[in-house]
Amino acid sequence: MSAPILELHDVHRTHGSGETAVHALRGVSIAVRSGELVGVMGPSGSGKSTLLNLAGGLDVPTSGDVRVAGESLSGMSKRALAALRRRTVGYVFQDLNLLPSLTAVENVALPLELDGRSVRAARQVAQRALAEVGMGELAGRFPDELSGGQQQRVAIARALVGQRRLVLADEPTGALDTQTGEAVLKLLRDRVDAGAAGVLVTHEARHAAWADRVIFLRDGRIVDTSGPLAEPEDLLQPEPSR
Amino acid sequence: MSIRHGLLALLEAGPRYGYQLRAEFEASTGATWPLNIGQVYTTLSRLERDGLVRSLPEGDGGQRPYEITDAGRGEVARWFTTPVARSNRPRDELAIKLALALTTPGVDVRAVVQTQRTATMRSLQEYTRLKTRTSDQSDLSWKLVLDAMIFQAEAEVRWLDHCEASLVRYRRAPSAPSPAAAGATAPEAAGTP
Repeated sequence: MSAPILELHDVHRTHGSGETAVHALRGVSIAVRSGELVGVMGPSGSGKSTLLNLAGGLDVPTSGDVRVAGESLSGMSKRALAALRRRTVGYVFQDLNLLPSLTAVENVALPLELDGRSVRAARQVAQRALAEVGMGELAGRFPDELSGGQQQRVAIARALVGQRRLVLADEPTGALDTQTGEAVLKLLRDRVDAGAAGVLVTHEARHAAWADRVIFLRDGRIVDTSGPLAEPEDLLQPEPSR
Repeated sequence: MSIRHGLLALLEAGPRYGYQLRAEFEASTGATWPLNIGQVYTTLSRLERDGLVRSLPEGDGGQRPYEITDAGRGEVARWFTTPVARSNRPRDELAIKLALALTTPGVDVRAVVQTQRTATMRSLQEYTRLKTRTSDQSDLSWKLVLDAMIFQAEAEVRWLDHCEASLVRYRRAPSAPSPAAAGATAPEAAGTP
């Protein structure tokens, strides 16, 4: 079995202190490997988004260790963390965060350019990433010239561009209709099947069902896990004759 | 639904042997409802007794085909135009189980909810994986049966989420202690953010 790309070891995250302290996560440990998509479900306030922010180095744990590709984030400089976020981790949020003054291809190329790639090389890679999500023809359009589903595809292309080994998605289907939402999930699933590790936070069971494992958070703790799965055909085997 | 209506509907397309009916029934439901051949022949005998099908002379292979009668066609038409009743479904066992869990001392209701949610989620994952493996050109009947299972499982998870949220609210209300609270083993349920 391959080494985990994302590891959380006994991670706690507490906001505030004393009697008003809010314990967002209380001792969460998970490992996500290459080719594995892990769904995270739980009611509001259960710690889902905190978990995702910690996994992507956007927040730091109060105690415990977060490792990405074997490296502990707690020992990293700000510069190293920023480089990790540009190169290794891709984020897909419900709020797409596309820059309105940049075209689709410029939005996707931006993290590569920030990482020191030439504009020309970055645009070429970005163009390919957009083609992969079926947006190659619309690469020159600005976000407000695209539908919600098309904007989400651009956001996915930006999250997946380059050699991202860890994809973190927070309600990535947002307010998209069922068909478009499924298309977005399929893109995420394909990337994971091609070797990335993925974490999908959602409150929709039908979306979480695209994951290999689903963990249930409640009050900052993992209370149960569904999966990994057996071969699905087993589910449909005839019962013994009655 | 009864198997008899399924077999009658298949016979609308023309006479069939028992084995043919079984194969076509399973193909159209993606083998989610496996039949044994004994069930098929028992059902055909009852349909014949009720005048909805008639048996034809045996063929060369010694198999006896059945054909639908006019009364059978009427029965199929009635079936397709009558909505399926939502009572007496097997799923109701879950509602009854949760209702009883609430009133049975010593039962951790949240654990009952979570156990069921995990099991239903696993089924939902497996149905979804089957669906993603089904190509767009595949049999539409099978895809729609899969979608039905996906939507039903999703509805069950949502209902379980609702049950859990209701339990938390109920326990927070000081004037309404839960009947099961005395034996509950999830004390962190109350008062947490």
